[in-house]
Amino acid sequence: MTSWLLLAEAGAPEGGLFDLDATLPLMAVQVVLLTLILNALFFRPVGRTVEEREGYISTSRADAKQKLAQVQRLQADLKDQLKEARKAAQALIIEAEQETDQLYREALGAATAAANASREATRRELDAQRDGALGQIQADADKLGDLIVDRLLAVQ
Amino acid sequence: MLSSLLALPFAALEVGHHLYWQLGNLKIHGQVFLSSWVLIGALLALVIAGTRKLERDPRGVQNLLEFLWDYISNLAREQIGEKAYRDWIPFIGTLFLFIFVSNWGGALIPWKLIHLPDGELGAPTADSNTTIALALLVSLAYFYAGLSRKGLRFFEYYVDPIPMMVPFKIVEDFTRPLSLSMRLFGNILADELVVAVLVFLVPLIVPLPVMLLGLFTSAIQALIFATLAAYFIGEAVHEHHH
Repeated sequence: MTSWLLLAEAGAPEGGLFDLDATLPLMAVQVVLLTLILNALFFRPVGRTVEEREGYISTSRADAKQKLAQVQRLQADLKDQLKEARKAAQALIIEAEQETDQLYREALGAATAAANASREATRRELDAQRDGALGQIQADADKLGDLIVDRLLAVQ
Repeated sequence: MLSSLLALPFAALEVGHHLYWQLGNLKIHGQVFLSSWVLIGALLALVIAGTRKLERDPRGVQNLLEFLWDYISNLAREQIGEKAYRDWIPFIGTLFLFIFVSNWGGALIPWKLIHLPDGELGAPTADSNTTIALALLVSLAYFYAGLSRKGLRFFEYYVDPIPMMVPFKIVEDFTRPLSLSMRLFGNILADELVVAVLVFLVPLIVPLPVMLLGLFTSAIQALIFATLAAYFIGEAVHEHHH
């Protein structure tokens, strides 16, 4: 394995900077072995871990995106439902108000009518009593008048 | 004066001295393997500590490892392209991590405290054997990448704009490993030497900025080596006519 490079080492019987010997192939074999060992211990497992993590991240990302879309859909759905419920409640309130109003009016009408009727009845009764009383008084007055006339005529 | 300076232990830098181990009739540089085992051990300890329990929510060392993985895979993707980069992450990543821990370990660990019979411990990348081995691996890698992906169509690359390019492209196949290995080797060795000489001349404070600069160049060299390796592979697998 000694080479012409050794000739450059004048005066050095052995050794020198370019002392090529069996170290060279043995070192090459050692580096190849180191490559195999490092591949088994380092590059393959770490590469697998890194790629698994990348896969995990991308699937989680896709998952999260899907979930987000679902949530947004649900949210929109709920918003619609809420809007409809609100509308229904509004309609119900208006209806109830109208109903109440109507009931109030009806009750008011009935009460007014009853009051009017009773007032009318009372007045008619009063009128009748007054008429009765007036007739009585007229009769009494006539009687008294007659009496007076009779007495006066009798005196004469 | 000059002779007294020369008598001083400049040799303590010990450039080009190696701790030889005999393996059959082959010689190897023991100090390179010793320091590389320590650094690879530290790297593996970190990796094991960080990947013992991988979780979806990263904690502690796992964060650091995931940052490194991200950094390396981005580098590979930018240079090699979306289609083929996954297969090359381990190779590019190992080059980057090994060169990085070698460079930084060589600069940060006080190896001088451990005395060897000959040579001295240091960054494994400060030895030309290591850097040439890495560069040749890169050459093999890009040939393999091109041939396995495109078959013989890989050689279309040699005549890419015009057939006249063939000799230049062939020369490139030789200059690429040469420049890759010499760049790394030269930078790391020069950094170690500059720091050693400065420490030898002025032991206090003065070497610190140079050490910091050394750490910076060490990191940059690791990045350059990994980026160029990825670039060569990317060029080999690139589809020219589509």
